[in-house]
Amino acid sequence: MAAKKPRKAATKRELAAAKDAIQEHTFSVLVDNEAGVLARVVGLFSGRGYNIESLTVSEVDQDAHRSKITIVTNGTPMIIEQIRAQLERLVPVHRVADLTVEGPSVSRELALVKVKGKGERRVESLRIADIFRAHVVDSTNSSFVFEIVGDTGKLDAFIELMEPLGLVDVSRTGVVAIARGSQDM
Amino acid sequence: MSTRRMIGGEIILKALADQDVDVVFGYPGGVTLPLYEKIGQQNRTEHILVAHEQGGVHAAEGYARSTGKVGVVLATSGPGATNTVTGLVDALMDSIPVVCLTGQVTSHLIGNDAFQEADTTGITRPATKHNYLVKSTDDLARVIHEAFHVATAGRPGPVLVDIPKDVILGEGAYVGPDDVEIKQTYKPQIRGDRKAIEEAVELLASAKKPIIYAGGGVINSGPRASRLLTELVDMTGYPCTLTLMGLGAYPASRAQFLGMPGMHGSLEANMAMYHCDVMVNIGARFDDRVTGNTAEFSPKSRKVHVDIDPSSINKNIAVDVPIIGDCASVLRDMLKVWKENKLKTDKAALKKWWARIDRWRAKDSYGFDQGPDIIKPQFALSRLNELTRGMDIHVTTDVGQHQMWAAQHLHFEEPNRWMTSGGLGTMGYGVPAAMGVQKGNPDSKVVCVTSEGSLLMNIQEMATIANYRLPVKILNLNNKVLGMIRQWQELFHGNLESECDLSGSPDFVKLAEAFGFEALTASRPDEVDDAIIAMLESEGPCFLNMGVDRFESVYPMIPAGAAHYDIVLGPNDQRAEVDDDDLAMASLA
Ligand SMILES: Cc1ncc(C[n+]2csc(CCOP(=O)(O)OP(=O)(O)O)c2C)c(N)n1
Ligand SMILES: [Mg+2]
Repeated sequence: MAAKKPRKAATKRELAAAKDAIQEHTFSVLVDNEAGVLARVVGLFSGRGYNIESLTVSEVDQDAHRSKITIVTNGTPMIIEQIRAQLERLVPVHRVADLTVEGPSVSRELALVKVKGKGERRVESLRIADIFRAHVVDSTNSSFVFEIVGDTGKLDAFIELMEPLGLVDVSRTGVVAIARGSQDM
Repeated sequence: MSTRRMIGGEIILKALADQDVDVVFGYPGGVTLPLYEKIGQQNRTEHILVAHEQGGVHAAEGYARSTGKVGVVLATSGPGATNTVTGLVDALMDSIPVVCLTGQVTSHLIGNDAFQEADTTGITRPATKHNYLVKSTDDLARVIHEAFHVATAGRPGPVLVDIPKDVILGEGAYVGPDDVEIKQTYKPQIRGDRKAIEEAVELLASAKKPIIYAGGGVINSGPRASRLLTELVDMTGYPCTLTLMGLGAYPASRAQFLGMPGMHGSLEANMAMYHCDVMVNIGARFDDRVTGNTAEFSPKSRKVHVDIDPSSINKNIAVDVPIIGDCASVLRDMLKVWKENKLKTDKAALKKWWARIDRWRAKDSYGFDQGPDIIKPQFALSRLNELTRGMDIHVTTDVGQHQMWAAQHLHFEEPNRWMTSGGLGTMGYGVPAAMGVQKGNPDSKVVCVTSEGSLLMNIQEMATIANYRLPVKILNLNNKVLGMIRQWQELFHGNLESECDLSGSPDFVKLAEAFGFEALTASRPDEVDDAIIAMLESEGPCFLNMGVDRFESVYPMIPAGAAHYDIVLGPNDQRAEVDDDDLAMASLA
């Protein structure tokens, strides 16, 4: 793993360039997988009034006991800088990457989408699922559960199309993201 | 790596000894009894039995702030742990290195609502810089050493270690501090970015109306940082203002010191902050009590901000030149760059700037009128200041009017001499903090400046002070009222006194005597000097109950959220006569 780079805070000019515009940012946070670490991160967001649009966490390195948390949040440039600095201040945090600004990245989300229906509506849901490359992971005479992977926008679009066809339930994982290219975190 | 097997309780004591801990402030309970058994068998680390765990944390804070070492607290599970919470948040807000060890119920009972169980790590997660629950005796030594590292590294703060009873009783391996591989995640940046420092120094040299605004970060960085700050201020001839947390970082007696900025700061400090063209913030955090309305804060200045904590930068005020680093290190580099580049200040501009500052200063914004009958609290404090001049003295305060008057009228020539609850504003801080200061500085005169509301919040620690014969002096500026509440009610809430009267308080003289203090009184201005001298000269713990004017208010005052030019001077509520010129220039420039 790369060592933490020396930090430089933004200057007033850099902050003013995008003054007060609310931006969405995706943070990738590598942490020690220890008790309470998620509570620390979540508590930081709730305690300081930052937004969480999506949050995912899972162990990514069993031997080193490391987990990765992906957080989608939003705020003004000053708030975003604060979020980053506050995350870096947590003792179990190894590295914080703001994927939105640190070069290109990919992000994916998975959803399980349950649709109930018969006849033409059932066929139509299958046809749309095919276009979206969603898979059927469960089916009964009157229902399907589709698994779909993609970015948040694609999932939103799919779910919207399923609405009139008998959408009954949705579970989404939240966003996971990673930087493009050959570098580790 | 040498390891020895020991019982958990012994590991704790060995770890504290290896961390060079001479004193812990503690209170026993069911789950910590096995540890107390071990404490009773040794005399390497002294245990001070406090009267309340909150007092224990404030004592540890006072000890830490006056000695530069880590303050250590020991509390039992459940109520013992929850009693520490206010102290922990106080230490967090003021960046004070404290390690708090708490007992926890036996591991297999955790989560069962066992007797005296509380989710201590859950409750204190946002109250500490970091906290730990120790799962096995084998982890104990490492975690304690790590806790000391985290408490002191970078921006200091409180760290809590929660230790279940079975971990205290069990056997495990001991590792010394040097054998512990400190987790490399928490690595504060000490050296400031060279480019940014050069830019800051150039800005500083080019200033026509500069101000150096320093805070508690300079104190936390160690006495060297204060010496370097003094060198910078003296070398440039620039004015310097120090926050409530920074008092003592630059000698108060020097002409370049403008006093404190902010809500109850001096006119000259606030006007200079407002009108300056270059502001160099070293280890302060643009707190709302300093900035007032951020939209109107120092609108025409280019700002440099030095802070070891990146999250302090651009939090409240966006700055032009941010420098992440330790104050001492950055100050040293700034001085070096200045000298290498043979920079010169703009003497003519500076002369004009000082002439303006001197006009603000001439208004004597901390001034007061002491009449013949009732003691003015400002008078009492300025006499205390005179009568302790040149003494080895430490001062703690509680929170309220007396705290602000103490900050205005007591002059500190050195760092680590002034202990006050700045960030959290915790009434009840002063008495236990004084106890901790005295413990760390046995030969110093330690004076706690308080008032009866705050005094009653942790008065139980007077028992501890008397019990250990600590010669703490308590100066109670008894105005028979929650003075700061009365002042705000008068000024901002319909001039109606609501639930702030304390005329029904106990007889503090009798109470002090009952605790084992020598007790003195003063109620007339001509008694003030004799009473203060008698208090300072008394051998043991001494309490001076001084009746002061109930209706006095703290001025100057910038109302909460107002701009610096809205500063209110003096008892007649007049707006400061800031030259119209000044304002016009500020808004045009
Ligand atoms: C624990 C706590 N509760 C409430 C407050 C709010 N508060 C701030 S100052 C003050 C009055 C303090 O009265 P006193 O200690 O008598 O000091 P004085 O203002 O009279 O000098 C109060 C209630 C506080 N700061 N801390
Ligand atoms: Mg009072």
